[in-house]
Amino acid sequence: MVTIKQALDDEVACKEWFLPGNSCCAGCGLEIALRWAMKALGPNTALVTPASCLNVVIGLWPKTAPNFPFTNMAFAAGASAATGISEAYKAKAYRFPGKVWEKMTTLVFAGDGGTTDIGIQALSGAAERNSNIIYTCYDNEAYMNTGIQRSSSTPHGAKTTTTVFGKERFKKNLPAILAAHEIPYVATCSISEPLDIYEKYKKAKSIEGCKYIHILAPCPPGWNYPSEDTVELARLAVKTGVWPLYEIENGTMTLHKKSKALLDPSKRAPLIDYLSRQKRFSSISEQALIKLQERIDHDWDNIKAKLRSQEK
Amino acid sequence: MQLMSKARKDIIQDQETKIIKGNVAAAYAAKSARVQVISAYPITPQTTVVEKLSEFVDSGMMPGTQYIKVESEHSVMASMVGASMTGTRTFTATSGQGLFYMNEMLHWAAGTRLPIVTAIASRGPAPPWNIWADFTDVISQRDTGWMSSFCATHQEIYDEILMSYKVCEDHEILLPKFVAYGGFILSHTSKPVIIEDQEAVDNYLPPLPDEEGWPHIFMDPKRPMMFGNLIMPSGFYSEFRLKIHDAHIRAKEKIKVAAREFEKSFGRSYGNGLIQEYKMDDAEVGMLIYGDLALQMEEAVDLVREEGYKVGMVKLRHFRPFPVEDVINVAKRVKILGVMDRATAFGSPTGGPVSSEVKTALEGEEKTARVLPMIGGIGGREVTVEQQKDQLKILINMNETGELPVDLIHGTLWHGKLEVE
Amino acid sequence: MSNTEKWKDINKSREKRPKVQEYKNWKELPPIPISLPIDGAIGITGDWRTFRPVIDQEGCNKCGICWMYCPEGSIIKKEDGRFDVDLTYCKGCGICAKECPTNNIEMKRESDATHE
Repeated sequence: MVTIKQALDDEVACKEWFLPGNSCCAGCGLEIALRWAMKALGPNTALVTPASCLNVVIGLWPKTAPNFPFTNMAFAAGASAATGISEAYKAKAYRFPGKVWEKMTTLVFAGDGGTTDIGIQALSGAAERNSNIIYTCYDNEAYMNTGIQRSSSTPHGAKTTTTVFGKERFKKNLPAILAAHEIPYVATCSISEPLDIYEKYKKAKSIEGCKYIHILAPCPPGWNYPSEDTVELARLAVKTGVWPLYEIENGTMTLHKKSKALLDPSKRAPLIDYLSRQKRFSSISEQALIKLQERIDHDWDNIKAKLRSQEK
Repeated sequence: MQLMSKARKDIIQDQETKIIKGNVAAAYAAKSARVQVISAYPITPQTTVVEKLSEFVDSGMMPGTQYIKVESEHSVMASMVGASMTGTRTFTATSGQGLFYMNEMLHWAAGTRLPIVTAIASRGPAPPWNIWADFTDVISQRDTGWMSSFCATHQEIYDEILMSYKVCEDHEILLPKFVAYGGFILSHTSKPVIIEDQEAVDNYLPPLPDEEGWPHIFMDPKRPMMFGNLIMPSGFYSEFRLKIHDAHIRAKEKIKVAAREFEKSFGRSYGNGLIQEYKMDDAEVGMLIYGDLALQMEEAVDLVREEGYKVGMVKLRHFRPFPVEDVINVAKRVKILGVMDRATAFGSPTGGPVSSEVKTALEGEEKTARVLPMIGGIGGREVTVEQQKDQLKILINMNETGELPVDLIHGTLWHGKLEVE
Repeated sequence: MSNTEKWKDINKSREKRPKVQEYKNWKELPPIPISLPIDGAIGITGDWRTFRPVIDQEGCNKCGICWMYCPEGSIIKKEDGRFDVDLTYCKGCGICAKECPTNNIEMKRESDATHE
């Protein structure tokens, strides 16, 4: 596991690839995620961003923040455009072997709306044909860029502008859907563990095929909390068991050590600690709280069953 | 020269004449053009294009070409945009409903000024379900910024795709293009097509993009750039859009040059590239028509001329950019100009897209022909030579009596309407 | 007619191309809007702050956690291994102050903070 000191000494990881002075909100979770993803991948990366916050925070023409090739893309087209780019790099590598084209990584950084809702068809297609891309969903649990509307990644009970009394339905489990596609690498991360993000991207870079990484990125205006709590909330999400950190490599699941401890239900922090700090859960009912807790317990039972079946 | 010798080793194609379907001719053209990335999704009547290309790629006849089998047409164009912006020559094919599904990405491709060539086996829009020849699908994409052309013969499909790459990849143009032909009529029938020698094609076409890619966009880590930022209304957004229209107008001359050079290299001529005239020199009455029906119209013109009438035909080869000067030139030489649309444009001044635009082009010009808008062959309805002779006779009658035909609907003659006794 | 090929400068290497493109009219523009990476893409975001982080250099234990968590990348490692804030783009979110394990970072009101 890499340490902060090692990251500071590394030639690529000590630099900033997403240049400061962009229009991300103060305390933006997405920015921490992208900073560390780029530190792991380095400048030989092409990034595709479907419509999302990332699309607009990079500034107005003619200036931009990312210090590597980057393109905005239509909402539903993230994974397919990235496939096109990665195949074109292959075609270029055939004509000009031994150059940078063979070493290029294609990355997609999409929001939860652009992944779970409108982008799911393209993502499923890319996963099925095992396109050589790293697809990242940075999950702020709503359509934040357009003004905090619900997406299928919004959790039960959360207030958004289109679920004024709390969302009825539950959160779509994207990592499970992608794991069912049997792609070589699926991982979940939280921005409270940036070095874990770094490790997972480094691993994803070395694998050929479709890789999916799902990062929890709290959003100060969307989740309605003071901007300094971004990292703390991401940490609580892991501690309460709401956000298990794991990776599934070729079908085998391994839990991050902070989540491994939570296999024992008594070690999970009380859910109310996490929910009470976000005003979007301020009018959550007792029933919703119980349902959410049941859901967490149910998801962890599934994880336990998966781990047990792997031992055989 | 080194690339040339690599060419002989990689793709061996000597000139040969094969009896092939229109779809297969499109596939051969993509192969001759050495396209680097193909993305395809099947839809009737385009399926044989993607099948043949798959055969070429999998059997190693197109070494280095990447074939992406995507899961929807929207993804087809998204992956084409991604591949083209990285600096590769790209090709795809689609039809009707698929074209409509990728409409969002068509705007994106034209706005990114990417030289993507797409073969369209045109079919009528649903509902009601229809898979036969009707150019409404391509023509309804006219405002996206794509150039579009129509093919009348199987050979023209192969030739037009090659000419398209030459125009699209010109550094002053950089626009995507449709090469459309009638679904089932050209796509699924077989005729002899000359597949040209690979070296001759390499000499005619511009070379494949090198490591630098296109001059205006590149996904190169040594020169990082970002494309697609927000631009405020007070910024240059409107001027960037103006440049797309400007490129279309400048493309007219490049299309003519490409057609001239094609004739020099391969001996086949297609008028001036924008339009192709047939027996118009002494014609009093002319018919402007496009697509496969233009080929059959030549026969109708011959038969009517045998009866002593001076008629002629103009084949419209390009709809975008619209050949305004050539249409005015034609309209000044005849008294009556019939415009036969094989497409609909609901709510437009004439109900037919090309006839509406012809009328617009002639606005303000003096002593031009009277235009009779006509629509026929919609949804792939068969149009026989007899019917085409009848259409010409209607124009002749209009010339002689000065009267409009009696059965116009909202000013347009919908020819060949079905009426059950 | 002004130089309509000027836009091709963006084609060049990082060193040879302009830091920020400038065009006068539609003829000078490139075919598409390409943006070049630069610090401060939206401006000097230091102006956004209401509170600014002040790192007590004496107590800094050089752990680097503030550097790790700063979303903007505005925390810099100095020669002596301690960390300090680059106030040009710091937006004043307060994450560094919250996460510092030795509580050495204080969020001071902009209007009260002394300007060094």
